[in-house]
Amino acid sequence: MAEKFNSQYEKNRLEELTTRILEQSKHVGADACEVAASVSVGLDVQARLGQPEKLEMTRDQSLTITIFIGESRGSASTTDLSDGALQRTLVAALAIAKVTAPDPAAVLASRDQIIQTVPDLELDHPWEIDAKEALNLAIEVESFGRQADSRITNSEGGSVYSNRGISVHGTTEGLLVSQPTSVHGMSCILLAEDGDSRERSYAYTQSRRPNQLSSPEVVGREAAEKTVARLNPCKCQTAEVPVLFIPETASGLLSSFVSAISGGSLYRQSSYLLDRLGTDVFPSWVSLSENPLIPSAMGSSAYDGDGLATREQAFVTDGILSSYVLSLYSANRLGLESTHNAGGVRNLFLQGENDFRTLVSEMGRGLIVTELMGQGVNLVNGDYSRGASGFWVENGEIAYPVHEVTVASNLDRMLKQDLAAVGSDIDLRRSITTGSMLFEKMMVAGS
Amino acid sequence: MPTLVQTISDSILGPGGLVLDDLEPLVSELSVGEVDFADLFFERAEAETFSLEDGEVKDASYYQDAGVGVRTCAGDKQGFAYSSEITAARIREARDVAIAIQDGRQSRHGVNLDQVSTPKLYVAKNPIPEKSATDKIAFLLDIDIKARAKSVLVRQVQATLSISYREILIAATDGTLGADVRPLVRLSVSVLAEKDGRRERGSSGLGGRYDLDRLLTVEHANRLVSEAVDQALVNLDSVDCPAGVMPVVLASGWPGVLLHEAVGHGLEGDFNRKGSSFYSGKVGQQVASKGVTVVDDGTMSDRRGSLNIDDEGHVSQRNVLIEDGILVGYMQDKLNARLMDVAPTGNGRRESYAHLPMPRMTNTFMEPGDATQEDMISSVDRGIFAVNFGGGQVDITSGQFVFAASEAYLIEKGKVTAPVKGATLIGHGPEVMSAISMIGDDLALDPGIGVCGKNGQSVPVGVGQPSLKIDRLTVGGTA
Repeated sequence: MAEKFNSQYEKNRLEELTTRILEQSKHVGADACEVAASVSVGLDVQARLGQPEKLEMTRDQSLTITIFIGESRGSASTTDLSDGALQRTLVAALAIAKVTAPDPAAVLASRDQIIQTVPDLELDHPWEIDAKEALNLAIEVESFGRQADSRITNSEGGSVYSNRGISVHGTTEGLLVSQPTSVHGMSCILLAEDGDSRERSYAYTQSRRPNQLSSPEVVGREAAEKTVARLNPCKCQTAEVPVLFIPETASGLLSSFVSAISGGSLYRQSSYLLDRLGTDVFPSWVSLSENPLIPSAMGSSAYDGDGLATREQAFVTDGILSSYVLSLYSANRLGLESTHNAGGVRNLFLQGENDFRTLVSEMGRGLIVTELMGQGVNLVNGDYSRGASGFWVENGEIAYPVHEVTVASNLDRMLKQDLAAVGSDIDLRRSITTGSMLFEKMMVAGS
Repeated sequence: MPTLVQTISDSILGPGGLVLDDLEPLVSELSVGEVDFADLFFERAEAETFSLEDGEVKDASYYQDAGVGVRTCAGDKQGFAYSSEITAARIREARDVAIAIQDGRQSRHGVNLDQVSTPKLYVAKNPIPEKSATDKIAFLLDIDIKARAKSVLVRQVQATLSISYREILIAATDGTLGADVRPLVRLSVSVLAEKDGRRERGSSGLGGRYDLDRLLTVEHANRLVSEAVDQALVNLDSVDCPAGVMPVVLASGWPGVLLHEAVGHGLEGDFNRKGSSFYSGKVGQQVASKGVTVVDDGTMSDRRGSLNIDDEGHVSQRNVLIEDGILVGYMQDKLNARLMDVAPTGNGRRESYAHLPMPRMTNTFMEPGDATQEDMISSVDRGIFAVNFGGGQVDITSGQFVFAASEAYLIEKGKVTAPVKGATLIGHGPEVMSAISMIGDDLALDPGIGVCGKNGQSVPVGVGQPSLKIDRLTVGGTA
């Protein structure tokens, strides 16, 4: 991998293209211009039933030009970075900017707003692994999984991937920044069978640093345990009961919350949290903040999509909504200041003090949701109804697996009134990181 | 007149200094050692999007992409690489990666390419330059005016016009040499209505593989506005949806997303070859109620899910999947067909040159029966009448699937009464298909808006069905 991707070379190449296009834009009648370019290179392998199944090398590149004429703008992208293609892309962006209506909210970050020096957040770590070694690792993770339990009868394979890339962002306001990143990972999907019951599940590890990946043994065994645990499920009775979301499913609830306090949903009046700044949106014991500057973390970035320096900041303080999630554009639409969140939140944290076992025994009787299916989240009014599977809890102990049920409530009610506790069991593989979340009640529809 | 293959190869290969005659030697170089199949997939794509918001079109974008994917197969083992530069040097670099996983380097045999004769299910032209940007914008502005005129409760109107154009060229070691030209247009409208502090959305859309003259009509604008506004207004009055198991009547058309999830994915060849689908090994068995016939048909003219040839150069087909309740066959691409020793069915599809093909659906629907929707509704004492849906999802191993209603009503004592809030419906594929007790005479295809995702790849698809009565389905309400 490492020999295939020279981040310094790609940085120079993309910066040179970006600078040239910004310069050219001035000569073709643009009042301002923005260029975002990226290239990424990867290896993706898969093995199934002990044999190599797929070897894929990826190399993706793209460049987007946004042209401003007065207050109108147009944008065009290309994956072909030849001179001819870039010229056509510039012309296409220009043509669009000439016909679109003025949008006073769309402005580039000014010189005094943009990040001055980009700190090294150590986001790029090569993995010295060749295709053969990666395939062997994929065989290994699957093999640990298949050997872990006799009820594992089939597999969709083990996979290993390694990606490195760099993105460059430049504007005619003087921005020219770049950030190299890497993501490496390993996963395993297994199938288990017991009588008529057939189930699948998976496990994965992912990190920017290859040496922080879990071992193939850990991933393979976890996949096997999760898969056999789902065997012979029941449909529970339709009832309003306490529901516990594990970190993997709870993270989606926080994503929905973040969407609801994001500028795009707010200026479109499409959020259940419209006009709720300064009011309670969580119980008073919850605070929610992001830290985009953690070295090597999945969600880290030194600057946002507008080129503004990111910062550690809170969105919810003691249960009160203290800040929206805004880019320059959405802030302008709302008459507010950017919160340096163009592109979203980065390393959002919610961690409680209870370990998972305590939460299970606290809920007494109810449903643990380990997997969710379908969309079913209406951000306009907060209505929530999704397919779920997981485990039934009786007398504070896991009793049996549950499938083919739905969980329904309303996000506002869930997060503000019904959130009873948050676990200490955070999942660091994601940019939105949370412990398990226990809700006092949700409507579970089963048999 | 030059053939389609000739025209498309000039367009795609020309800029990189290649000609059609270069393909035979390039493909032959893939036929080495244990490789039993290999192909080159060339593509040139462009797309344009105009978005209306706040009564203005402030946002528009254009996108162009071209590249070549190089794949080798030996048994179930695939090597794959791609390049966004279409030159002989890049193709050879990709080839070196694509054969790295395969054993043996001995040259096998020269390939003689033979042009696939391509049907003409849709117009072979690029819709993007057909109308000026000003005309496209004017059409969207009119939608805004129409929607706000329709109801004073409308607060926001968003409309999007998406136009895409794709040329593909395939050369394979089995001699296939195919080309296709694929226009795809879509218009969608979404409105937000507000009454007494309550806000709800409604949306509608349509499209297909046809030109802009046919898409951008006053009739279409009126229809989409009317559907989107009506849906938002209905939802403003919606009450909490009941929770639990009850009979559900599904309207015809887009609710066919049920079939896509409950049946379609589970019948894709790759899952069945690996034995990971709930339907694996069940050919010849009863998997749905008698009277249920499910078809996947890529040959319907102008449809969003249709293909003249699939992405492996196989001419698309009409494939019966379930006939009178009996499972009769799976959907196949070349690799899985070869490994299962059956014929390919024209379902080999890929998102782009940068993705590997897989068995995928085209237009999937259920044949009509003879019941009427009125009869279905009047036969229900307490249940749900679901008219419109968002997306769905399936676990093909357990058979569990969901789909989310975006417009639904209560049925009480045989009558449609209050609208209910959107709710997720959940069930088990074969159980739900066996709980179908009435099949309507009103088969309709969806209006041309479907996108299907599988292993991270998105492709346009169609769905359809007549009205259906399902005796037992779990409804995920809150009441």
